[in-house]
Amino acid sequence: MAAVSMRLPVARKAVGPSAPRGGEKHLVAPGDTITTDTGYMRGHGTYVEEEKLIASVAGAVERVNKLVCVRALKTRYNGEVGDIVVGRITEVQQKRWKVETNSRLDSVLLLSSMNLPGGELRRRSAEDELAMRDYLQEGDLISGVLVQVSPSLVKRQKTHFHDLPCGASVILGNNGFIWIYPTPEQKDEEAGGFTTNLEPVPLSDREVISRLRNCIVALVTQNLMLFDTSILYCYEASLSHQIKDILKPEVMEEIVLETRQRLLDLEG
Amino acid sequence: AKTFTLLQSEAVFWNGKDLEDLRVDGRGCEDYRCAEVETDVVSNTSGSARVKLGHTDILVGVKAEMGTPKLEKPDEGYLEFFVDCSANATPEFEGRGGEELGTEIANTLYRVFSSESSVDLKSLCINPREHCWVLYVDVLLLECGGNLFDAISIAVKAALFNTRIPKVRVLEDEEGSKEIELSDDPYDCIRLNVDDVPCIVTLSKIGYRHVVDATLQEEACSLASLLISVTSKGALTSMKKVGKGSLDPESIFEMMEMGKRVGKSLHIALQKILDEEESLGTSRQKVGFLG
Repeated sequence: MAAVSMRLPVARKAVGPSAPRGGEKHLVAPGDTITTDTGYMRGHGTYVEEEKLIASVAGAVERVNKLVCVRALKTRYNGEVGDIVVGRITEVQQKRWKVETNSRLDSVLLLSSMNLPGGELRRRSAEDELAMRDYLQEGDLISGVLVQVSPSLVKRQKTHFHDLPCGASVILGNNGFIWIYPTPEQKDEEAGGFTTNLEPVPLSDREVISRLRNCIVALVTQNLMLFDTSILYCYEASLSHQIKDILKPEVMEEIVLETRQRLLDLEG
Repeated sequence: AKTFTLLQSEAVFWNGKDLEDLRVDGRGCEDYRCAEVETDVVSNTSGSARVKLGHTDILVGVKAEMGTPKLEKPDEGYLEFFVDCSANATPEFEGRGGEELGTEIANTLYRVFSSESSVDLKSLCINPREHCWVLYVDVLLLECGGNLFDAISIAVKAALFNTRIPKVRVLEDEEGSKEIELSDDPYDCIRLNVDDVPCIVTLSKIGYRHVVDATLQEEACSLASLLISVTSKGALTSMKKVGKGSLDPESIFEMMEMGKRVGKSLHIALQKILDEEESLGTSRQKVGFLG
């Protein structure tokens, strides 16, 4: 049965600022004057014009002693040591793979850094390169959904691999790529790098994954930080709606408001 | 599209071999994304409409101008379509990148409206062989989020519904020279009957299933699609196959039936919203572009 819903547009309501944590942030837009004090050194996101320090990006001002910089709210991913990233392989080259990670340049994954399941050691040779194709080839079936969001919305946490109680697992990449997949049955080969799951995913799992995906999109649209608790609360708030309705503007507002409330209650 | 080189196999996760009606965003195969429609958004046009279907944003303006009827159809007016793929929509449209797509869409619109029953062209005639109304339909792509043809056809129908053509009278004096008189009242207009204006329904084949209203990712996974134009009564007025892949005759038949079904629902939903908007009259708060 076809379902087509059309509506008249509604003017966007200005969302009030959520409770500030740890003091007010000094937010600037491109062209805003940060300071007229010439004693400061200019950092990223700023420039000097007529003895005034002006912001060149939209973001929050950060001050470290004499260095003033503006950290942009929406940027490409800038990697840091220890980050977890999720990438999409775009090219296969001689000894490496080109990976798309929403950064300024394409990332590179060397064959020598690949860990095989079982953790066996192997010699890096020509046979090794060819043997790689036994594990993964172009066009292989991947069970899971990738959601791409802005890197600034992924909260830094101790771990980015989460097995949610609703039956799916997520990997929250610091680069804004979020991988949602059905929780694997057993967890034996911890030392390995990946599992090759080629079975079709059951409908119940796919519904959970679709729901999670829509919840993440809803959180991102309302600019809420993404972490395991916020995603879970949003999932629970969405259960009273059909999966496809979650993306309707009024439903998104409702469930994110509920999520925001629960998160505030958690803190307070 | 360059940025979406998705694999056919990723789509299999979404639509599998088993007959389940679940896409990534939870929609069924016959479900459209939520659409927003607003008419009368551009002030210096005879009619305009803006349609937002997911991330696809289309603006259509209709300008009625006087022209000479075509030689082979002396007692009819006509429609001219022009499609502009704005560089704002996607980086691929930078410079002249969007020209090819724009021409393809315009040609499709000409084909869809080539059927005689779509618009009553005789009502656009002022003076046979001499004067007629020419409706210049300009389509502007503001954002590309998949399923362009459907969104454009919805916007064109809404804009034509919104079009107000001034009433003119042709006065002939004793010497035989004709003068065209425009009515003094700016609200004295004629409106087009859009009951038989078709809408395009694009059906994309992904894996073993057919889906309507494909998102950008779904379009990247689909090797073949069928574009059909359907009227509100469920009549098919034109059909076009796009894509590198092939479709077997049984698929085509299924897609046609699905398209007719979905097309009828599309028209009902659109007419309902257009009527609702009209009933609000001058009290309607126009949202426009900065809302």
